[in-house]
Amino acid sequence: MNTPDITPLPLLMVVIPLVSALMTPILARIHRSLAFLTVQAATITSFVLACILLDRVTSGSGKVVYWLGNWEPPYGIEYSVDALNGLVLVLVAFVAAVVSVYAPKSVAAEIEASKHPFFYAIYLLLFTGLMGIVVTGDIFNLYVFVEISSLSGYSLIAMGRRREALTASYNYLILGTIGATFILLGIGHLYMMTGTLNMADLARLLPPLYHSRVILTAFALFTVGLSIKLALFPLHVWMPNAYTYAPSAVSPLLAATGTKVGAYVLIRVMFTVFHPNFDVQVIPATRILLVLAAVAILMGSLLAIAQSNIKRMLAYSSVGQIGYIVLGAALVNRTGMTGALLHIVNHALMKGALFLAAGAIVYKTGIETVEGLKGLGRKMPLTMAAFTVASLSMIGIPLTVGFVSKWYLALGALEAGMWYLVIVILVSSGLNAIYFWRVIDWIYFSPPNERLEALPAGDAPWSMMGPTLVMAALCVVLGVQAQWPVGIAEQAAALLVGGGR
Amino acid sequence: MDITSSTPLLATGVSLGAALLIVLFRRHPNIREGWTILAALTKFALVASMAPAILRGDAIVCHLVTIAPGLSLAFRVDALGEAFALTASFLWIVTSFYSIGYVRAEKEHAQTRYFACFAVALSATLGAAFSANMLTTFVFYEILTLCTFPLVGHKQTTEALQGARKYLAYLLGTSLTFLMAAVVLTYYATGTLDFSPSGVFGSDVSGTLVSVAFLLYVLGVTKTAMMPLHGWLPAAMVAPTPVSALLHAVAVVKTGVFVMVRVVVNLFGVDLLSRSGLGTALVWYASFTIILASIIALRQDNLKRRLAYSTVSQLSYIVLGAALLTPAGITGSVLHIAIHAFGKITLFFGAGAIYVATHKTRVSELDGIGRRMPFTMVAFSLAALSMIGVPPFAGLISKWYLVRGAVEAGALPVLLVLGTSTLLNAGYFLPIVYRAFFVAPSGEEAESWRIREAPVPMVAALCVTAIGVMALFFAPSIFLELARQVARTVTGGIG
Repeated sequence: MNTPDITPLPLLMVVIPLVSALMTPILARIHRSLAFLTVQAATITSFVLACILLDRVTSGSGKVVYWLGNWEPPYGIEYSVDALNGLVLVLVAFVAAVVSVYAPKSVAAEIEASKHPFFYAIYLLLFTGLMGIVVTGDIFNLYVFVEISSLSGYSLIAMGRRREALTASYNYLILGTIGATFILLGIGHLYMMTGTLNMADLARLLPPLYHSRVILTAFALFTVGLSIKLALFPLHVWMPNAYTYAPSAVSPLLAATGTKVGAYVLIRVMFTVFHPNFDVQVIPATRILLVLAAVAILMGSLLAIAQSNIKRMLAYSSVGQIGYIVLGAALVNRTGMTGALLHIVNHALMKGALFLAAGAIVYKTGIETVEGLKGLGRKMPLTMAAFTVASLSMIGIPLTVGFVSKWYLALGALEAGMWYLVIVILVSSGLNAIYFWRVIDWIYFSPPNERLEALPAGDAPWSMMGPTLVMAALCVVLGVQAQWPVGIAEQAAALLVGGGR
Repeated sequence: MDITSSTPLLATGVSLGAALLIVLFRRHPNIREGWTILAALTKFALVASMAPAILRGDAIVCHLVTIAPGLSLAFRVDALGEAFALTASFLWIVTSFYSIGYVRAEKEHAQTRYFACFAVALSATLGAAFSANMLTTFVFYEILTLCTFPLVGHKQTTEALQGARKYLAYLLGTSLTFLMAAVVLTYYATGTLDFSPSGVFGSDVSGTLVSVAFLLYVLGVTKTAMMPLHGWLPAAMVAPTPVSALLHAVAVVKTGVFVMVRVVVNLFGVDLLSRSGLGTALVWYASFTIILASIIALRQDNLKRRLAYSTVSQLSYIVLGAALLTPAGITGSVLHIAIHAFGKITLFFGAGAIYVATHKTRVSELDGIGRRMPFTMVAFSLAALSMIGVPPFAGLISKWYLVRGAVEAGALPVLLVLGTSTLLNAGYFLPIVYRAFFVAPSGEEAESWRIREAPVPMVAALCVTAIGVMALFFAPSIFLELARQVARTVTGGIG
């Protein structure tokens, strides 16, 4: 076996945000603005390093590792990055960086000043947890990071400006803990049978044990636990309230990265720790997931139509979109997996842009209802333009990222011989069109009400508009020039489900 | 031979650039309208400059961008695209003058949005005309739907918005589901989306798959307004009349039938469709729409709605011609794209002129209008006669080719359809002409014999298109040549 490509870059993905998180409250005592400056510095540095890492992985050996304490796997903790988690790392760091630029104004308006240092520290802890989940090659270490990110997520949501934020956070805490417990039990079962926690090692040791009941139980525990984390219908109930009542700067981060990282872990466990054949032949896991995904896609879209709160509508739309990701992965072919991985990135961009725009609307006008958007197109032209572009992308209009992922998902479904899933995907496009076009229609073609008429025209400050516009612009740029993400997604898909080297 | 050139891109993009300038100069209406006129003239010149090469049998290609492997945006101008582009870009010039007269006479609101969206719509139309593959077609097809929504709902009254929403629901709903499915299925079955003279579906593709894909295309390209998915077209008549004229007689609906012709001849291919019998099925489907829409048109009292149902019926002529899968049928189909455009735009211009001059919208109110608006009504009558297929007007030529196509295909019942439809056309157009010229006006209007026409730019525009209808009868040369070339190319050997 040739020597692995060892570099400390994977470790830095965790260490930079972790150390910055600890320093934030201290630095904030020197000067208040140092708190968010630390966050911005940490996330932007992480993003740059993640890009370097991804480039090294995709252009070089295909895999980069770091052994903590120089303990060789399977004895020590291994951080290992391939095309799959390299892509997710870049995505998480990018969204965190963009949102950190957006956050200061929004946080200043929504959260009392004494809590700011803690808000930013916890923001970085959440980021640490998410990066750790993605970068680690050790399954117990993964659980630790899942808890770090979940606990920080609960506290961030609880900082929302309404009292309902507390119940939303509490509900999420209960369900999230149940999910984490399931994951921990799954890890315990695997360790009991194999005596190892390293993912690559598990993948090597598991196949002879595939018919063991303990392993089957472990797999079931993982699937259920992760389904809660990634809010797969019908285990999504914590999500709408959490996203709705979280502070405006937190919803985009959670929506764009939190559930995506959950999806990443599900894919990692199903296709790397376990072999794809296990999911298909030993137990009908993929078939069950396909059904759940199809129901999620349709129910999420239908429920979104019924919502009157903007952020809640976006949250239910996420329920449907997560269905797309799971559906693509559960097709177990290269095209479908490419679509799923693309949609992890693409949905993060679109939903990020939408939540950022929703936050900007709250900042300027305090409007939270969909009806309230009537006539806002003239008052906040740039915000509404970003909202419109991201909405068109959600509908799946060609030349946007939404179209590209839908294309791969539909093609993957056909290749798997499941034409009825194409119907599900396309019916959901139609449903998305209903609730997103309704908003666009109101924004531009309805007269504003008296309250809105009285407000001065103008967009949110540039520190908020910049990130929003960047995300929206990427929805189009990566929809027209999709070669780069498609290339990486295909490379990762080949690693996961084979079918072409 | 393929010539690489950026002319197709420029011809498509010029009105997009103009849209930007129109928005920038929103405070100076005269300069703003100047951009519209300038863009229209430039666009037509660019399109026309490609004609010689196309007539020689060359194609002009222009690669834009590769989105992902297998998904690329590219232009390839051939005879079919050129024929459509010439029609649309020429009529945009005329419509621009007409529009300016109309919106100023009516003092419409949001004129900048109106002209900007109009310009974008023309870019989308030419983009679809020049597409080299189904993805590019799909992209521009969707853009056209989105950018015409503000035009249809222009008045922003509850009624206008309801009409516009219905318009969007039909067009976007079906294209996002059926058309998208059809495109994915095409790529899945053939591994390509590029148009080819003989079609892309090989003999190894299963018959079921071909039939399903074909059905999805027929249902997905709702801009053809084939029944029962035609409801959006009458609903879109809430738009200002110049919009109805250019978009719903030329750009939007013709993009629909144009895409359908493309799908028939360049995706499925004449051979496959005639072997599988799908062509015959489409012939019957189109015949059904032709007859039923004409019967409904008879019963419409609102002038624009009557014209809309007439359009529904006439569009199916074009689909029918292509579905006959014979050289003459395809020639007639392509010719009818241009000829129906000239005729129907004149009729809509007439309806708009009547509305501006008298605010009348119903056929039953038009008694004696010919005396008051002689230019408008003479032009209207000429176009109506062309629609019916009376010589010496262009409508006869395309109908003649369609008849020949039906004979070639041995589909004699189609002759019956065409004959019945001609009678029905006469049935809903001639009463308008009769009322206008031979029924004495009632009430206080009976006294005034003075000529009171709509503003000059509008009357001039409709006279130009009416002359076009006649000119195309005596000299259909360029359109006929292009149409023949299409027919030659797709029915055997690249001519």
